[in-house]
Amino acid sequence: MATTILPDAPAPAPAEGTSTLAGSRRGDRLFKGVLTVAALAVPVLMAFLVYELYVGSRLAIERYGLGFVAGTTWDPVAEEFGAAPLIFGTLLSSLLALVIAVPLSLGVAIYLTEFAPRAVRQPIAFIIELLAAIPSVVYGLWGIFVLIPLLKAHVFPFLRDTLGFLPFFQGPIYGPSMLAASIILAIMIMPFIMSVAREVLLAVPGSQREAALALGATRWEAVVSAILPYARSGILGAIILGLGRALGETMAVTMLIGNRHEIAASLFAPGYTMAAVIANEFSEAATDIHFAALTYVALVLFLVTVTVNAAARLLIWRVGAGGGGKRS
Amino acid sequence: MFAGKLRGPLALLGLLAAGVASPALAQKLTGAGATFPNPIYSKWFDAYNKKTGIQVNYQSIGSGGGIRQFTEGTVDFGATDGPMNEAQIQAVAGNVVHIPTVLGSVVVTYNLPALAAGQLKLDGTTVVDIFMGRITKWNDKRIQALNPGVTLPNMDLIVVHRSDGSGTTYVFTDYLTKHSREWKDKVGYATSVNWPVGLGGKGNEGVTQQVKQVEGAIGYVELIYAVANKLPYAQIKNAAGTFVAPTLESSTAAAGSVKLAKDTDFRVSITNAPGKDAYPISSYTWLLVKVDNKDGAKAKLIRDFLSWMITDEAQSMARELQYAPLPADVRALIAERIRTLRADGKPIAMN
Repeated sequence: MATTILPDAPAPAPAEGTSTLAGSRRGDRLFKGVLTVAALAVPVLMAFLVYELYVGSRLAIERYGLGFVAGTTWDPVAEEFGAAPLIFGTLLSSLLALVIAVPLSLGVAIYLTEFAPRAVRQPIAFIIELLAAIPSVVYGLWGIFVLIPLLKAHVFPFLRDTLGFLPFFQGPIYGPSMLAASIILAIMIMPFIMSVAREVLLAVPGSQREAALALGATRWEAVVSAILPYARSGILGAIILGLGRALGETMAVTMLIGNRHEIAASLFAPGYTMAAVIANEFSEAATDIHFAALTYVALVLFLVTVTVNAAARLLIWRVGAGGGGKRS
Repeated sequence: MFAGKLRGPLALLGLLAAGVASPALAQKLTGAGATFPNPIYSKWFDAYNKKTGIQVNYQSIGSGGGIRQFTEGTVDFGATDGPMNEAQIQAVAGNVVHIPTVLGSVVVTYNLPALAAGQLKLDGTTVVDIFMGRITKWNDKRIQALNPGVTLPNMDLIVVHRSDGSGTTYVFTDYLTKHSREWKDKVGYATSVNWPVGLGGKGNEGVTQQVKQVEGAIGYVELIYAVANKLPYAQIKNAAGTFVAPTLESSTAAAGSVKLAKDTDFRVSITNAPGKDAYPISSYTWLLVKVDNKDGAKAKLIRDFLSWMITDEAQSMARELQYAPLPADVRALIAERIRTLRADGKPIAMN
């Protein structure tokens, strides 16, 4: 598209000034028009997506209504569908993944920008960013063959022995579980959070750092009191990016979560997520209502993702505004 | 390797040529459906292409997708592991015939280090009790009664099932339904069901890994997959009262022992077959073909392919890939049925 505009602008240049201006105006208008169409395409596409999902799931919406999100049974034979365990599984696995991934990735980002020797900064950042390029099915296989045996033999029994008084760490240990899926998710979203957080920390002006140190702060105090608050909204943005990835991740999760429609307190118990059930059952959904129920799940997943992201944006906006006002 | 590399571009060229040259010739068929028979279908279509030059493009998108695309008319034929139900047949105004192609069997696999492979014996009601969650220990007296002289450990029984919709689940739950009224009422049979207990593994490989990693686990996988991965399997008591190991022969024997009427629509379940040598958890897999195809050229192509599919040549290819071939009398019935296919109301021309 750019090629059609670029030759257009310099063409009238040899003529007098007014026509050059007119030419560039015409070019500008064209350029603006193209960009507007491109920008409008996104919301239109989104509306179309929601509409398609709605049409596809109408049969299920009419039959189950809003009770769908509260129902706990998923029975394709009796044609009884409820998505509560799926919504629970999606939110819990993503939240747990954040709990694990955020401190780790922030730690790495801070280390790489503030403490690491200059020579290793680039290589380490590069390697972590490479993790983002691994296909999720590979994470899933690695999870099945390496992570689960490791968790089952060492980590889970340790957790049960030390924290077994909490309901989250009780019950039989199978291997595939909510916790295993959350850990693989954490590993998968870490590179995203880490690399964005690193960029944000790099953008903190040197003066901020120097001022803190000049006032006698230790490096730790400088990070906590001067650098992190400055980068706060950017870091939140990084976390939301990770959350978005975690909510939608499908393949690796379904390979590790145990795929059971159940809301269990124990993190050792198997669970299920919305994305996983769609991937599992869509191709073999023979009846119309089963198909519609899966599409309904997709619609709910879409709404949950939008809501969570909107809430997070709001949070950034408030933190950004509040933080900026106080500091400056 | 070279041939493999070349095949892609060549096929693409062929596709283009066929598309551009003349669609009227239509030396091309498209089909979609079941994933389970995909390896043998790919082999057949490749061999048939070399033999006749006719191209068949098959997408293994799953049985549900196969039925849907067949109903919508976006493919020339469908393929499914579970037959269409009455409502689905109504949706195509009855213009469909199920043609069996090969047989598949489902194996009960387990992880008990104390037991040698093939040593465990189970029957239908016990398998129901296990998958219902009523038997929770390996040394339960119901299992012990079937395995006299075998020391079963006092270990938790952990059930593993398929989480993805699958023909394997369809066959297995169909078998369980025949053994328990309660299973029929509470769970039923389909490509995905609401399992009373257990963990879900994605695909045969997912189930296998979970069984392998958990001592005391029990699950079900396709026979082909179990053979290729040398998984331990249980012998299952059949309707005649003998314990039978899952093999290609016992699967074919199951199909052979269920006699089909002359006017059968081939939508028959052969789980719990009556034969003495029959393995009880077996099933046909089907191609879905129009009885009366408006497109005469395609009707002929399909008819010719089906006639070739039931020859010894094609059926022995199935055996090489560990699919149980069809018994002779079923092949004879299919040959007869193929003759009744129509092209826009008229009989299809013989060559």
